[in-house]
Amino acid sequence: MNLRPDPSFYPTPRMAMEAPVEKLAFTLMLSPDFSQPDGLAVVNVDPESPDYGKIVHSVFMPNKGDEFHHFGWNACSSALSPLTGHAFLERRYLIIPGIRSSRIYIIDVKEPLQAKIHKIIEPEELFAKTGYSRPHTIHCGPEGIYVSTLGGGGADGTDGPPGIFIMDCETFDILGRYEMDRGVQDKHYDFWWNLPRDYMVSSEWGLPPQFENGLVAEDLLSNKYGHSLHFWDLRGRKNIQTIDLGENHQMALEVRPAHDPAKQYGFCGVVVDTTNLQGAIFTWWRKDDGTFEAKKTITIDPQPADPADLPELLKGFSAVPPLVTDIDLSLDDKYLYVACWGTGEMHQYDVSDPMKPVLAGKVEIGGIVKKTKHPNGKTFGYGPQMVEISRDGQRVYWTNSLYSTWDDQFYPGEGGAAMVMARVATGGGLTLDPDFWVDFPKGYRSHQIRLEGGDCSTDSFCFPSV
Amino acid sequence: MTALWWAVIASGLYHGLNPGMGWPLAVSAALMEQRALALPRALILLAAGHLAAMLVVLLPFSAMVTLVNLEREIRISAACLVIGMGLYLLITDRHPRFLARISPAKLGLWSFLVAIAHGAGLMLVPIYLGICAMEQEAGHAAAGTLMGADVRMALLVAAVHTLAMAFAGGVLAIGVYCWLGLRFLQKAWFNLDRVWASSLVLVGAFALFLALRS
Repeated sequence: MNLRPDPSFYPTPRMAMEAPVEKLAFTLMLSPDFSQPDGLAVVNVDPESPDYGKIVHSVFMPNKGDEFHHFGWNACSSALSPLTGHAFLERRYLIIPGIRSSRIYIIDVKEPLQAKIHKIIEPEELFAKTGYSRPHTIHCGPEGIYVSTLGGGGADGTDGPPGIFIMDCETFDILGRYEMDRGVQDKHYDFWWNLPRDYMVSSEWGLPPQFENGLVAEDLLSNKYGHSLHFWDLRGRKNIQTIDLGENHQMALEVRPAHDPAKQYGFCGVVVDTTNLQGAIFTWWRKDDGTFEAKKTITIDPQPADPADLPELLKGFSAVPPLVTDIDLSLDDKYLYVACWGTGEMHQYDVSDPMKPVLAGKVEIGGIVKKTKHPNGKTFGYGPQMVEISRDGQRVYWTNSLYSTWDDQFYPGEGGAAMVMARVATGGGLTLDPDFWVDFPKGYRSHQIRLEGGDCSTDSFCFPSV
Repeated sequence: MTALWWAVIASGLYHGLNPGMGWPLAVSAALMEQRALALPRALILLAAGHLAAMLVVLLPFSAMVTLVNLEREIRISAACLVIGMGLYLLITDRHPRFLARISPAKLGLWSFLVAIAHGAGLMLVPIYLGICAMEQEAGHAAAGTLMGADVRMALLVAAVHTLAMAFAGGVLAIGVYCWLGLRFLQKAWFNLDRVWASSLVLVGAFALFLALRS
C-alpha cells in the first residue's frame, strides 16, 4: 500500500499520454512443443540505451506446457475510481495465466531487472473455486482483478460455460465467479468495460475442443465458432443484451472500448467472414436508452493466391484471408491498429469518426504468401499478431505468434519468435523501425506485450479527457 | 459547549475533505455529463446520503439517552464502540467489497453506505452525547420534553456536520473542476485509511476520558 496513488495511475487517458515514455516492455515467451518452460522476457525499448531491443532479463516458470497467451497488471488507472477506494495499490505484479494448463503465475516486477515469481495458483484451485478453466484476459476493476476464461469444467473444458472470475487484488486469492445471470452467453474470449457508465462488453472465440488441437475446419465452415457480443451490467453482474454479429462472422475476439469514458462506443475484431474470407471490424455503441447496437465498419479483403503457396487448410480457397486476430486502440481514441495475421499486414485506421474508419497507414511484414522481410533483412515468421501501442501513441509494438497449434496449421514449419516496432508519423502513417528487432531464445515463440507503466490495452480510466 | 460544536463542524470538514467520502465523484459527474450543474447535484446526493448515515447512527443514541437513565454508561459504551471501530479498521486494512457492487448512478446510497462502513457516523456519537450531557446539566430542558430535545439535537448535530462536510467537499470539487484539474487528484490524494482509523480511536479515547471523569 502506498501513501499516495501510484504515479503510473492516471485519471484520464490524456494524462497517461503525457506521461514519461516507456523504457521497458514485458513480452511472453511460449514453448510451442512444451519442451521448455514458458517465460517472461523483459525487453529494453529505450533507444538511448546500448541494450535497445535486447532482452535484459527473463523469468522462466517451474512448469512446462502452460502456453502463455495474454496477461495483465494487478492494478492500473482504474484504481483511481473514486467509487472503490483502491487508489493506494501498487502497479507491481503481472498476472500471467497459462491458457493450456490453467495455472496462474503472479510475477513481481517492482524491480523489473530482478522480476521474480511471487505466487503460483495451481489449476486445481481455479477449477474448485470457479468451475472455469483456461484463463485468458486480465483487467483490474471495481471488485478486484477480473479474469476471463475460455473453458468450463471437465477435462476438455466443456462441462458448463466459460466465464469470468474475480481475484483479490492484494492477496490474489480466487474469490469466485463473476456472473450472476449470464443469459445466453456460452462461449468466451475478451472483455472490457466503461467503469463510470457501469457496463461491460464480452466476446467469443470458441470452446477448448475447437482450438486446443488446432482450428477445426468443419466447425469454422459450419459457423460454430463464436459470433456474438455480450453487454453486461458491470456491477449488477448481469448480461443485459446479446448482439449476434451474424453467424458468418466467425470468432469475435478483441474488445476495445474508447478509452475516454465519456464516449460510449468501441470496436471488436472478427477473424474471418466465412462467406467471403474477409476480416472485419464492428463498431458497437450505447444508445441513450441504454441499449447497444453494432455495425460492421471495416472490411478487409482476402488476397488471391496460388494454392501451391497455401497451407492445406486454405488450398481450396485460392486466397489468403487477412485473419484479423488482434486490434488495439490508441489512448486518444484516434487510431485503431488491426493485425492481419494471414496476409502479413498491420493496418492503421483513423477512427476519429468511429462509424467511418479511414485507412491511414499500413506496414507489410511476414504473411502466409508474401513473407515480407523486416527492413533489417531478417525473416519475420508468421504475421503481425499481438499489437501494443505506447501510451503517447508514437510507437506500435507487435509480435508474431497466434497460438501454438494454429501457427502450425497456417504457417507449417517453425517460424520462431519476433517482436518489432513501428513509428507513427504525425497525421497518420506507420513505418517499421529498422533498428528495433528482438532476438528471443531458441525454440520459443512470442505473444502478448505489456509496457512498463501501462499501455493501450490494460488501463481503464475513470475520468474523461475534457 | 462551544468546543463541542466546533468538533461537530471540524469532523464535517474532515469528512468532506476525505476523497473516500466522495468529492471526486462530484468532479467526475460534471466531467462525464459535460455540464457544470451536475457537480452541485452530485454534491447534494452525496450530502443526503451522508446525512442519512449520521441520523441512522445518532437517533438510536438519542432514544437511549432519554429512555434509559444511564447516561454515563451509554457514553462509556459509545466511546468503546468508536475505539473498537477504529481498531477494527486499523487491523483489517481492507475495503468492504459490497461497496464495489453499488451502481455509480446511486450516489446517495453509495455515500450512505460508505459513511456507515467507515464509521463516519460513529465518529460523531461521542461529540453528540457530550452535547446532550451538557444540555441536561445546564437544565435547558424539562424532563418531560427531554426526548424531543435530544432528537432535535441529533437532527441539528447531523445537519451542521453534513453542511460542513458538503462545504469542504464542495470547495475541493469546485476547485479541482474549475482550476486545479485532475492532476490534483493524482498528486494530493493521500492514503487516509490509517489516519481515519486513528482518529476514530482518538475521538473514542477522548470521549471515554470525559465520560469516566463525569
